[in-house]
Amino acid sequence: MSEIVLKAPGQRSAILTFHERMLREKPLGAIGGVLFAVFLFCGIFANVLAPYGLNETDMLRRLQAPSLAHWFGTDHLGRDVLSRILYGAQLSVIVGFLAAGLATAISIVLGIVTGYFGGTVDMVIQRFVDAWMTFPDLVLMIVVVSIVGPGVPQIVIILGCLYGIAGSRIIRGSVIGIREQMYTHAAQSIGASTLHILAFHILPNVMPVVIVLFTTRVGAVILAEAGLSFLGLGVPPPEPTWGSMLSGSGRTYMYLGPWLALAPGLCLTVVVYAINIYGDALRDLLDPRMRGR
Amino acid sequence: MQTFIIRRLLAVIPTLLFTSVIVFASIRLIPGDVIDLMLAQNDISTGNDRALIEASLGLDKPIYVQYFVWITDILQGDLGRSLWQNTPVTEQLAATLPITFELGLLALMVALSVAIPIGIYSAMRQDTAGDYIARSFSLLMLAIPSFWLGTLVMVFPSVWWRWAPPLQYTPFLEDPLGNLGHLLVPAILLGLSLSAVTMRMTRTMMLEVLRQDYIRTARAKGLAENMVVLRHALRNCLIPVVTLIGLQAPLLIGGAVILEQIFVVPGMGLLLLEAVFQRDYPVVTGVFLVVGVAILTINLVVDLTYGFLDPKVRHR
Repeated sequence: MSEIVLKAPGQRSAILTFHERMLREKPLGAIGGVLFAVFLFCGIFANVLAPYGLNETDMLRRLQAPSLAHWFGTDHLGRDVLSRILYGAQLSVIVGFLAAGLATAISIVLGIVTGYFGGTVDMVIQRFVDAWMTFPDLVLMIVVVSIVGPGVPQIVIILGCLYGIAGSRIIRGSVIGIREQMYTHAAQSIGASTLHILAFHILPNVMPVVIVLFTTRVGAVILAEAGLSFLGLGVPPPEPTWGSMLSGSGRTYMYLGPWLALAPGLCLTVVVYAINIYGDALRDLLDPRMRGR
Repeated sequence: MQTFIIRRLLAVIPTLLFTSVIVFASIRLIPGDVIDLMLAQNDISTGNDRALIEASLGLDKPIYVQYFVWITDILQGDLGRSLWQNTPVTEQLAATLPITFELGLLALMVALSVAIPIGIYSAMRQDTAGDYIARSFSLLMLAIPSFWLGTLVMVFPSVWWRWAPPLQYTPFLEDPLGNLGHLLVPAILLGLSLSAVTMRMTRTMMLEVLRQDYIRTARAKGLAENMVVLRHALRNCLIPVVTLIGLQAPLLIGGAVILEQIFVVPGMGLLLLEAVFQRDYPVVTGVFLVVGVAILTINLVVDLTYGFLDPKVRHR
């Protein structure tokens, strides 16, 4: 017990030290990390931060330009755009983290099984992954949504499977490298069980790749969800998602209130940009082998 | 070279098989209540019609038989009939595929003509302000969703200058200028989003090539820098960039779906979306299959071209 207590502060300072190093070596990446943290904060505390209710309409204040009372203006139903952006961030955080988490889990399982065991299983699964990756993400998502219908759980599962299967390639690649390391052979030769080797030798060593994969997947998932919502196939209304705020009935009113077209897209771009540069910096610092890919 | 081609062709077979299984599975996943919905939407409700739809989707036979019947039909060029228009799916695909192809080709031209010069510039001025700006631009293009750019292009010129991009489609053979005028804006947007990856790749490859011994030799013998870059470096750095065209095919088609919807381009993307909203499943699966096979074909052609361009691959 005392060991765990002693370890915890040490681990936290390791994360801190790592980010201090990022600030020194990859300042742009650190800025991305800060923006990402701000986005997470806004998403988690949207209920507290939002100045107005999620669907609080005020017909007297329809289509008002940005002002001190409404920083991002109001929409055609008099709803505060900033509040809806914040609630949209909440949804993006939920979908982003759940789907990226599921995707990473699928990638780890598939990547380790195919990479460590190899053989026929690997060959068959890899051909399936080939075929899977043939389809454009968006087309695959549209077809699956057309069958299972839109909704948060469906979107999470679809995006999780989609990016999970594709990402297994990256994990597989690094597992193959670790499989041939001396310490893995040593563990095998002293008769460690396969499960033990996978859990204590392979998994900890693919963690840098997993962390980078997860981070970049959060960005990809948020963008994909927004694309689906834009097409009317994502999270159904009245939930405010950044993608759906740019489409549907709101679109007609953009000509009267152009600010409606700005805020959701700008937030989406900034968040994905931040995650991308943070992910790039993470990759450069954690896993030099993936650099430039 | 012959063995390379044969090996590459054989490698396609298992992937093609799995591709067909994925498309087939998507048909099987269509739940029963959706058939009810299709019946309701199509305003036909007798039990006979239900059996007819199930038969047309092939749901009344054992699964392996269904697969073989389905694949035999496809090999004979029969992708079923649209539930709404009652026209063969192949006819609808034949009408829309060339339009998406044209959009994709224009976008690719935009992407290459933006990405390659900037990529070269970025590599030659590594770690200068210009390089940082170019790299930031490419990262930004990766983050900006094309549907937002599309929306901005639709809204702001119209608000500021009362100008909107043309949305009326005319076939190329009838009115080439009108056709290009319509497709140009979505092609530029699609091309810009594609250019990000190509630019990064060109930059990386160029940096690698510029460090090679033959470049030093070329410089040592007093060749002008332009000559070194264009004659010696560019040729070698562009070979891997060719593979990117294959890798980007899915992005191209995915992006086309969204932009076709915004700019009302009657291509395959719009066909897919309309079919999804109308629950016209034969059309959905038809597009799904054609997209998969098209991308496999593009990748095959790119790989073969690559083998042709790079002797190292050919003799491996």
